[in-house]
Amino acid sequence: MSEQATINLINGLYIVAAVLFILGIKFLGSPRTARRGNALSALAMLIAVGVTLISEEIVEFEWIILGVVIGSVIGVILARTVQMTGMPQMVAVLNGFGGGGSALVAAAEFMRVNDLVRTGDLSAVSEDVAAIALFSTALGALTLTGSLVAFGKLQGLVTTRPLMLPARNIINALLGIAIIAISVYLVFEPNNPELYALVGILGALFGILLVIPIGGADMPVVISLLNSYSGVAAAATGFVLNNNILIVAGAVVGASGLILTRIMTKAMNRSLSNVMLGGFGAESSSSTGGPAPGERPYRSVTAEDAAMILGYSQSVIFVPGYGLAVAQAQHAVKELASLLQERGITVKYAIHPVAGRMPGHMNVLLAEADVPYDQLLDLDQSNPEFERTDVAVVIGANDVTNPAARTNPESPIYGMPILNVDKASQVIVLKRSMATGFSGIDNDLFYLDNTAMYFGDAKKSVQDLVSEVREIE
Amino acid sequence: MADPLLISILIFVIAIFTGYELITKVPPTLHTPLMSGSNAISGIIVIGALVVAGRGHSDLSIVLGVVAVALATINVVGGFLVTDRMLKMFRPRERPDSNKPDSGPPK
Repeated sequence: MSEQATINLINGLYIVAAVLFILGIKFLGSPRTARRGNALSALAMLIAVGVTLISEEIVEFEWIILGVVIGSVIGVILARTVQMTGMPQMVAVLNGFGGGGSALVAAAEFMRVNDLVRTGDLSAVSEDVAAIALFSTALGALTLTGSLVAFGKLQGLVTTRPLMLPARNIINALLGIAIIAISVYLVFEPNNPELYALVGILGALFGILLVIPIGGADMPVVISLLNSYSGVAAAATGFVLNNNILIVAGAVVGASGLILTRIMTKAMNRSLSNVMLGGFGAESSSSTGGPAPGERPYRSVTAEDAAMILGYSQSVIFVPGYGLAVAQAQHAVKELASLLQERGITVKYAIHPVAGRMPGHMNVLLAEADVPYDQLLDLDQSNPEFERTDVAVVIGANDVTNPAARTNPESPIYGMPILNVDKASQVIVLKRSMATGFSGIDNDLFYLDNTAMYFGDAKKSVQDLVSEVREIE
Repeated sequence: MADPLLISILIFVIAIFTGYELITKVPPTLHTPLMSGSNAISGIIVIGALVVAGRGHSDLSIVLGVVAVALATINVVGGFLVTDRMLKMFRPRERPDSNKPDSGPPK
């Protein structure tokens, strides 16, 4: 085969891979085709890797095999052993590794080009390449450490409370300026490997400082944003290596993360900068000036009472939140739902976009418990349903059900789209205590006449409900 | 022939628009698999890592490259497998044997 024909074949295969990636994402648009979509993306990856291995002048096969084997073993173990409730941590870690990979690749390529200049094989390091490589290394390092901090918070290794450093906005600004200043210098004086490494280190430091002040409930936004960054860093490295498949795949992932970020911030009625500046929920509940949580009169019920309410209703909507994930209550909820359905009761689930710690977290947990996805309602679908529903059962959700977001302009969460749980004829709230949610705001829902509080661990409470509903008749 | 950088930028912009159009159509119920799946795709950096490590330009670039290969491979392999594991669980209707979910017993 002539050289030109080989080059055409290689580029043709890269185009096939790019098309398969895009089709793969397209098929992810419906639960029916999603699994095939994921397989197509994996196939695209395989083609891209295969083409790269035969087309580039690869000499160090032993080293590559070592890296691939180590990575594959760890990847398989992680994917097999992670619990569905731990999915946000898993995605955070994988994100970080992708970002770290991009940072290292851009750095290695930058050093190589520099060496070529030193040996006289190349006249100069192109300024575009230098600038993009620096961008990729800084962003990739930021993604790596930011994701690891997010992982630590989700795993409970780092405090989930927002951690506020004094003068951190000034520190962050100085850090940002330092990264840009060193980068600009390096674009014109590229022969400084130590300074290049410093950009990576400062980027890593920036990632830590950026995520540390962000509280647990804002994690859906952070994870989406880091997802986007890992894509953009890959695309940037694509520019450095002049490789279009990296650019296409990285751009698609960057867009995906950005869209999810927007959906999440919209569902919280907050701007991205408001979330990223952090600290929401750092102050305690004193802000509203009203009575302390639990001081107003509320009604509490036993498992038996709650089971009676449920057992003699005609329609029930479950409203899951992060508490359900923490208590691993998804299987118990499904058992209760099946029992109610056997009694002829209609059961649905209402899921707020930011319920849990990542986009779609609740849907995956309920899917694991074998809840059919057509029983899951999103925000727009569920709100008209509540008015026609006998009982809404809130399990481990709090701020997303607070009617103050609709009625009280003084409330910090005023304007946030919520699930109108209070419109149901009766509401049962499963909760450990009267403590406030993440935002530190007392929930008006708990004090309504049609609300009954049912205290206890979510999983244990639901299991008790199952036994009590079985007792009826 | 146009500047290759311009062509790359063009490809980048078109890919962003394509991605944007496709991903806005993904329903909320699939947002977690979308995330882990797109995450796996961002592991495409593995091919850059392969090139950098495989060229064996210097000891430093081999070390950086091999670490990058390992990190990116975790991202790719872990990402696609875990996404598949999740997507396997999504079902439209009640299954007759719904007491036996395939990923672990209820308790």
